[in-house]
Amino acid sequence: MSAPPSRVPRASGEATVVRPRMTARERLSRIIVRRELLVGMVRNELKIKYKNSVLGFAWSLLNPLLYLVVFYVAFTIILGSSIPSFPIWLLSGLLVWNLFSTGLGAATGSVVANSGLVKKVSFPREILPLASVGSMLVHFFLQSLVLFTVLAAVRWHVAWAYVPLIPLALIGLLLVTSALGILLSAVNVYLRDTSHFLELALLAWFWITPVVYPFQLVGMRGGWSTKLWLTNPVTPIVVVFQRAIYAKLTNPHPKGGGPPIQLLPHWPYWGFLAYLGWSFAFGLVTLTLAVRVFGRSEANFAEEL
Amino acid sequence: MAAAIEVRSVSKQFKLYHEHYTSLKERVVHYGRIPYEPFMALTEIDFDVEAGSTVGILGHNGCGKSTLLKCIAGILQPTRGEIVTRGRVAALLELGAGFNHELTGRENVFMNASILGLSKKDTELIFDEIVAFSELDKFIDMQVRHYSSGMYVRLGFAVAVNVEPDILLVDEVLAVGDEAFQRKCIERVKKFQQEGRTILFVTHAADLVRRICDRAVVLDHGKMVIDAQPGEAVRVFRESLHGGELNESDEPEEADALPEAEASRPEGTHRVRITNVAIDHPGLRLNRNWLLPDEAMTIRVAYHANERTDDLLFGIAIHDENGNHLFGTNTGVLGLDVPAADGDGEMSFEFHRVPLLDGTYLVTLAIQSSDEGTVYDWREQQASFEVMNPSRTSGLVSFPIDVHFGLSGVDRPGIDLPGMDLVEGTGA
Repeated sequence: MSAPPSRVPRASGEATVVRPRMTARERLSRIIVRRELLVGMVRNELKIKYKNSVLGFAWSLLNPLLYLVVFYVAFTIILGSSIPSFPIWLLSGLLVWNLFSTGLGAATGSVVANSGLVKKVSFPREILPLASVGSMLVHFFLQSLVLFTVLAAVRWHVAWAYVPLIPLALIGLLLVTSALGILLSAVNVYLRDTSHFLELALLAWFWITPVVYPFQLVGMRGGWSTKLWLTNPVTPIVVVFQRAIYAKLTNPHPKGGGPPIQLLPHWPYWGFLAYLGWSFAFGLVTLTLAVRVFGRSEANFAEEL
Repeated sequence: MAAAIEVRSVSKQFKLYHEHYTSLKERVVHYGRIPYEPFMALTEIDFDVEAGSTVGILGHNGCGKSTLLKCIAGILQPTRGEIVTRGRVAALLELGAGFNHELTGRENVFMNASILGLSKKDTELIFDEIVAFSELDKFIDMQVRHYSSGMYVRLGFAVAVNVEPDILLVDEVLAVGDEAFQRKCIERVKKFQQEGRTILFVTHAADLVRRICDRAVVLDHGKMVIDAQPGEAVRVFRESLHGGELNESDEPEEADALPEAEASRPEGTHRVRITNVAIDHPGLRLNRNWLLPDEAMTIRVAYHANERTDDLLFGIAIHDENGNHLFGTNTGVLGLDVPAADGDGEMSFEFHRVPLLDGTYLVTLAIQSSDEGTVYDWREQQASFEVMNPSRTSGLVSFPIDVHFGLSGVDRPGIDLPGMDLVEGTGA
C-alpha cells in the first residue's frame, strides 16, 4: 500500500486503543495532547453565548457591577460594615468566587449539554468541563478589567510584594474548579438533578467563604468549627487575592470608634503560600479522583444521554 | 502489514432499565431496587480489518452493528475486550457528525476537524474542498440549526472524507441524501479504496456490500455469524434474517402451510378454499431454503370445494418486500380452461425460471369465479420465497447478459433477445 500524497499530515501508524480501563495519567496526557481542541471549544462556547445578544461581553461586566451595588447597599449602608473602601474589598474576592461558582456550574452541565457531540464523536470527554471552566476564565479576565479600572481611578495602593502570588492562586483556583467540575459533570449524566443541588450548595458555600465579610471575623475565633471553615479550598485563594489587591490588614478607625478591627490574617509571606498549598493539595487529590470517576462512567455516557 | 483495525473479543453489555431514574431524588427513593436486565449487545466479537480493505458489517436492526461501530470509533467503550485502531479515524454515525446547532456551518467544520485531530491551519487548507464537496457554499455561514437534514448529512460527510482519514467508519449514511450526492459519496468511497484507505461500514443494504466491499462481517443478536466474502456473507445474512421463522418447522414446505381461513383473512365466500400452498424448487432437495437466480420454481396450491363448482379461475401475484407488484396473471388471462372442482383438488403454477436476484418475494393467490365477480378465496401475500444471489451482480432482476468486445462476432453463443440482436445488427 502506498500512501497518497496529501496536504494534511496523516496520523498513520499511531495506534489508538479503546478498552475499558485507562489510568488517570493516561487520561490526563490525552487531554494535554488535545489542548488545541480545548482552546477551540472555549472559543465556540464564548461565541455561542454572545451570538444572540446585543450587549455581548458587556453582560459579563454588568454582573459584578450589579453585585457590587447590591452588596454595597446591603453591607455599607444598611448594615454599616466596618470594611473601608468596601467596593475594592468586595471585588477582589467576588471575582474569584464568580470564576469558581460559574465555572463549576457550567462544567457540571457540560457533558449533558453537549450530548450531541458525546454521542457522535470520540475525543477526551474531560475537555467539555474544562472548556466550560476555560470560558469562565475569559469572563474572569474581562471582569478584572472593571477592578483594574477602579484601582487605577482611585490610585489604590496594592501590595506589590504579594502580586506574584496572584497567578499562583489563580492556577490553584482553576485546579480546584476543574477537578470538581470534571467530577460533577460525570455525576450529572447519571443524576440529572446534580445541577440543582449544586446551586443550593454554592449558595451556602458563598457564605462560608470570606468574600463579603473579613477573614478575621471567623479566622480569629478558634475551635473545631473554625478549623473546618479553614478547610474550604476557595478561602486561601480569596484571601491571597485580598491580601495582594486590597492590601489593608486592619481597619484602624472603625465607624463609631472602638479598637482597630482586623480584616486579614497577619501572616508572613510564607503563611499565605502555605495556606495556598492546601488548595493545591485539595485540587490535586480531587482531580485524581475525578478523572478516575469520570473514566469509569464515561464508558456509558453515550448510552445514558 | 499490521491490521488497521483489530477487534479483540469485544463484548458490550447494556443495562436495560424498566424505569430509568435519572435524578438523585428518584435514586434515593428507589435505592437498591432499580430493576434492570443485563443485555449483551455484543458478545465476543473478534476480527481484523486489513489496512486498505473495505469491510461491511451486515445485520438486521438491533443486531449490535451500530454499537460495534461506536466502540471502534471510541464513542462507547466495550465492557470487555480491546479495540486497536491505527491512524486517524473519521466516523459518520447516523445523522450528522455532532454539529452544534448554534454555530455556523463554517464554525462547525473547524470544530469537527479539530475534534478529528486537525489543527486550524490544516483545516484552512482543506476548507474550500469541504465546502465544494458539500455543495453548501451559499449556506456555509448560516447557523446549522437552519439546515435541512440533507444539508446536515452532506456537511458531515464532506468533513469526514476530506480530513484525510486513514480509517473511515460509516453508519448507514450512504442511504441519506439525494441520489446525486449518494453517487458522489460512493465515488469518494471508491477513491478511498484506490488510495489504500480502510473503510468499515455498517448497513443492511446487502446490495451495497456486494458492490463495494472486499469482505463482510455478519452480526446476529450481538454475535458474529460469519466473516467472509461479500456474496457468501450476504447469503448468510439473509439466512439469519429468516432463521427464526424457519426453525419453527423442520420441513420448509410446512412453513408455507396456511392457517385456517377463519384465522386469517376472511376474504371470499369460501365456496372453494385454498387449503395448502407449497413452494418447490431444486434447492429444497439440497436442503437449501432459497432459490438461486434463474432457478425453476413450482407453486402448488391445494384446494377444497364444498360443492361442485365449474366456474373457476386461479390467480397469482408476486410482490417484492417494498410492495412493488412484479408479476400477476390468472388462468383467465392465460386463456386456460379450468376443470370443475368438487372436494379436494390440486393445481400448480410452474415457473421455468425465476429471473430475480436478491430478495424475499411474497406470493398472493386467489380463486375466483371466471368473470372475477365472485371471490372464493384470496390469500394476500401469505406465502413467500427467497432468492439469494451468490455473485456480485447487483439489482433486482437477473437480466440475461453476454459481454463482447470488438465489432464482429457472428457465431457467438448468446441469448437471443431482440435488443441484443439489434446491437449485433448495427455492429455487423
